[in-house]
Amino acid sequence: MILEAKSIFKKYKGIHKELTVLDDINFSVNKGEIVSIVGPSGSGKTTVLGLCAGLDTPTSGSISLAGSMISSLTENEKAEVRNRKVGFIFQNFQLLPTLTALENVMIPLELQGRAKGAKEKAEQLLERVGLGGRSHHYPSQLSGGEQQRVSLARAFSNDPEILFADEPTGNLDEETGSIVEGLLFELNKEKQTTLIIVTHDLELANKTDRIIKLKGGKIVSDQRIKATAQI
Amino acid sequence: MNWSLIVKTAIRDSRKDRSKLILFMSSIILGVAALVAINSFNDNLVRDIENQSKSLLGADMTVGGNKPLNEDLVASLDSLSTERTSELELFSMSYLPSKDESQFVRLKGLTGNFPYYGKLITEPLEAANTYKSELAALVDDGMMLQYGLEVGDSIKLGEVMFPITGRLMNAFGSVDAGASFAPSVYIGGQNIEATNLIQPGSLVNYKEYVKVFKDIDLDDWEDVRRKKFRNEAQRITTVEDQRQNLQEAFSNLNNFLNIVALISLLLACIGVASSVLIYVKTKVQSIAILRCLGMKSEEAFMVYFLQIISLGTLSVIFGVALGSIIQVILPLVLKGFLPYEVNMSISPSAMIKGFVMGELITSLFAIGPLLGIRRVTPLRALRISDDTQQRDPLQWLIYGLIFITITGFLYTLTENVLDAITFSAGILFAFLILYGVAKSVTWAVRKFFPSSASFVVRQGLSNLYRPNNQTLTLIVSIGLGTGILTLLFILQGLILNNVEDMGVGNQPNMIVFGIEADQKEEIEDLTKSFEMPIIQHVPVVTMELAAWKGKSKKDWLSDTTRTSSRWAINREARVSYQEEMPVDDVLLEGTYTGVHDGGDSIFISLSERYSNGLDVEVGDELVWNVQGAMITTYVGSIREINFRKMESRFFILFPIGVLEDAPQFLILVTKSPEKQTTADFRNAVVKSMPNASVIDLGSILATLNDIITKVSYVIKFMAGFSILIGLIVLISSLFLSKFQRIRESVLLRTLGAVEKKIYRINAVEYASLGILSALTGISLAVSGSYLLAKFVFELDFNLSWWPIFGIFIFIVALTVIIGLWNSRDVVKRSPLEILRNV
Repeated sequence: MILEAKSIFKKYKGIHKELTVLDDINFSVNKGEIVSIVGPSGSGKTTVLGLCAGLDTPTSGSISLAGSMISSLTENEKAEVRNRKVGFIFQNFQLLPTLTALENVMIPLELQGRAKGAKEKAEQLLERVGLGGRSHHYPSQLSGGEQQRVSLARAFSNDPEILFADEPTGNLDEETGSIVEGLLFELNKEKQTTLIIVTHDLELANKTDRIIKLKGGKIVSDQRIKATAQI
Repeated sequence: MNWSLIVKTAIRDSRKDRSKLILFMSSIILGVAALVAINSFNDNLVRDIENQSKSLLGADMTVGGNKPLNEDLVASLDSLSTERTSELELFSMSYLPSKDESQFVRLKGLTGNFPYYGKLITEPLEAANTYKSELAALVDDGMMLQYGLEVGDSIKLGEVMFPITGRLMNAFGSVDAGASFAPSVYIGGQNIEATNLIQPGSLVNYKEYVKVFKDIDLDDWEDVRRKKFRNEAQRITTVEDQRQNLQEAFSNLNNFLNIVALISLLLACIGVASSVLIYVKTKVQSIAILRCLGMKSEEAFMVYFLQIISLGTLSVIFGVALGSIIQVILPLVLKGFLPYEVNMSISPSAMIKGFVMGELITSLFAIGPLLGIRRVTPLRALRISDDTQQRDPLQWLIYGLIFITITGFLYTLTENVLDAITFSAGILFAFLILYGVAKSVTWAVRKFFPSSASFVVRQGLSNLYRPNNQTLTLIVSIGLGTGILTLLFILQGLILNNVEDMGVGNQPNMIVFGIEADQKEEIEDLTKSFEMPIIQHVPVVTMELAAWKGKSKKDWLSDTTRTSSRWAINREARVSYQEEMPVDDVLLEGTYTGVHDGGDSIFISLSERYSNGLDVEVGDELVWNVQGAMITTYVGSIREINFRKMESRFFILFPIGVLEDAPQFLILVTKSPEKQTTADFRNAVVKSMPNASVIDLGSILATLNDIITKVSYVIKFMAGFSILIGLIVLISSLFLSKFQRIRESVLLRTLGAVEKKIYRINAVEYASLGILSALTGISLAVSGSYLLAKFVFELDFNLSWWPIFGIFIFIVALTVIIGLWNSRDVVKRSPLEILRNV
């Protein structure tokens, strides 16, 4: 098991009353599994993703990620786990605007102190996503699809154990979206990475092994579509 | 910490945004430049004073007072000198026959080989060597130019006509304002007597220039004898004293300039702080991504800290270089103040001081907003939330350090902890007021928002309180700059107005003094022939205090516990007698006695200042030496004198019936209706009564105006720095705010707003900012100048509002113009281009 969430609650203090965004969430994900989290807007999908990836802390409950009890780690310890074991893909790409495509891909490796060979690896990944010739371009000089492909290359550059993708095709047209989607699944298969996708797109969700449905901050169904080899 | 990554990221991240910060850093460059220029100038000045004080004094030592040295003191001087020069200095009228003009001059009669150090420079050069041995006068070059005089013309001094044999190109020891009020004329000492200008009551200064034997330690000699000379009201000035006096005189000016420079630097730093705050805001997304990818919060902080500090250091270095160049200009600005030419050279200590101060202040102001980076959570990458706004307890530490640094800097200037703290607190207070105004404005605009106003007005006004608004920065920086400028302006106007008021209406504007008793009728007739009123015509008797409260002057002077001041004791008293107390004076204590009843007790009236100086009260006994005769008197009353009228005022007034037979001269006060009459009357007096001098308000005003203009020129030059920095902060704030407003403006344009509308919205915002900043600055200046006028200068507070209104319009117009000029880029570029980049 690579991810386990137990009795997760996330509450925010409002002006008049407390707002419960997540209400007793429990699930676990095995290594190599591809899981999609779906649900209407405001159901808590992104909050679940943020908590599981160690970007935020639950009000109560525990989360274990790749062998670390991430819910009880300090900010710096969480940063360490994210850098070594986690990859991210965002809906709005989140590339650093002042860095070239190549430098964006190199950043996670450089953060690990693996500057040596980082450039070659980043170049290979950019080549793999079809952007070999654009490595010195800035994000503003790339189209949305190209930016998301750089984002894919960056997500895989540190060989993560688990990858979190937040609406990876949400900002792209259908054709570009399907190219990015194809690349995501291909790379994931090659690298044998666990993948958690938050999406509205049921077509995309149906391509995953398992669909967790959220509504009003609760899991309403957890449905396995395909059998996944347990590693 | 992964330092190599931090450095790499800092460099990569700044590549595209460096230009945004460089503009702001230009304000640091100017701030540091001002500081370095002023400190370098001061270093050079001190060095030159050190090198030149001997030649400025012209001798090793001078001894001076308003009476000749007695035998004992002469013997004392003889023991240490190889050579001596005697000087008699008096203020007198001169007459220029070739121009039929008269001029009040500082006449010096010299005997001996003065100067012993340095050179008296004249044109032609040989005139300096010959004027003492013949009937000749050297006349100040400025006066020669003013009246179009040439060498060979004549000047009448008292009863003697002197040929002008040379122009006086430099003077010794004349660093006071009197130099511009009365130009110097040098003649040989043996010719003074013939002029007949030295009369009882004449204002004569006697000075000895002494060249000392080489093996004598002047400091030791002075320590032992200073008191002896002082008791005879003789002042010793050695080269060391001269050096200290000059340094003290200039250290006040320098301290003032340094404080203005510090304020400029602080203004620059407000700009820095605000730019860094905005910069951090634009970087929040990048920081969140870096945090998502595993960068620690300290590392993220270091990335941006390194960026800012490197650019800050670069700016400080540029500032130091620029300051060293600017110092070359300062002597031109300060020309009127300098007794000699200052040789300018690079001052390493000023550069180091400027660098350290610039670096410290810039870093401290930049760290504050950078601290917000530590609070950026990686969650920002997923959804928008503002986590940089929360207060960090470390901020207070930074504020404390800023206060300590400023106080420390001020301490290096004032060398007094209390003064340094008071100054810093004053600066803090001004900043707090401006801060308070800015905060109130944002609150008030939101609270009383004109919901029914047009779209343009609503948009423009709401920009004052929307996130990333520039209200605080601009009100503080423009407000402070406007405040300093207006304050200087008001004070200058107030001082001049108060003096000008002296001559309006029936107020007197001319004084004739030095009239001998037997010329009483002659001067009265002359005045009447010019159809001018005799406002005051009073006798003056000179006398010295011999004893008081039962103890002789000598005993008092050797009494270490005495509470009276030396100036009051040694003062040569110029006393008058009149029946009525002057109408403008206020009786504070006792009864004014106008006529002496012939009894044993003579009751005199003293001014409050003089009685305080002497520490005497009503009823105390005072014995006067009236040119040899001893007169015992008692303090009958104490008055407060009103000096605001151009009439002669007397610290000591006797009753009628005591001094009538004593040697005396007269003072006549009158009013001239216009300039030509003044000049004609002056010439007539000089011709018929060469011993009398005429002082008119016009020449006092001209001199005062000249001095104030020089002072205000220097002040304006420095305030100019402040304003310039304020403007750069303004331009840069608006430049950065452009990036804040860009999405909004573009969306408005996308939704169909025409160019004109966007310009109007911006104009409303900048006009509001300009109006508020200028109003706040002007209000601060008006209240500050009111307090200064009332409590420091004791002046009437009458403001002329038109010039202030002019400043107001200028500042508002400037703000709007710069604001609109900055927004033209947003308006001209295509929305698509911007949307892709935002």
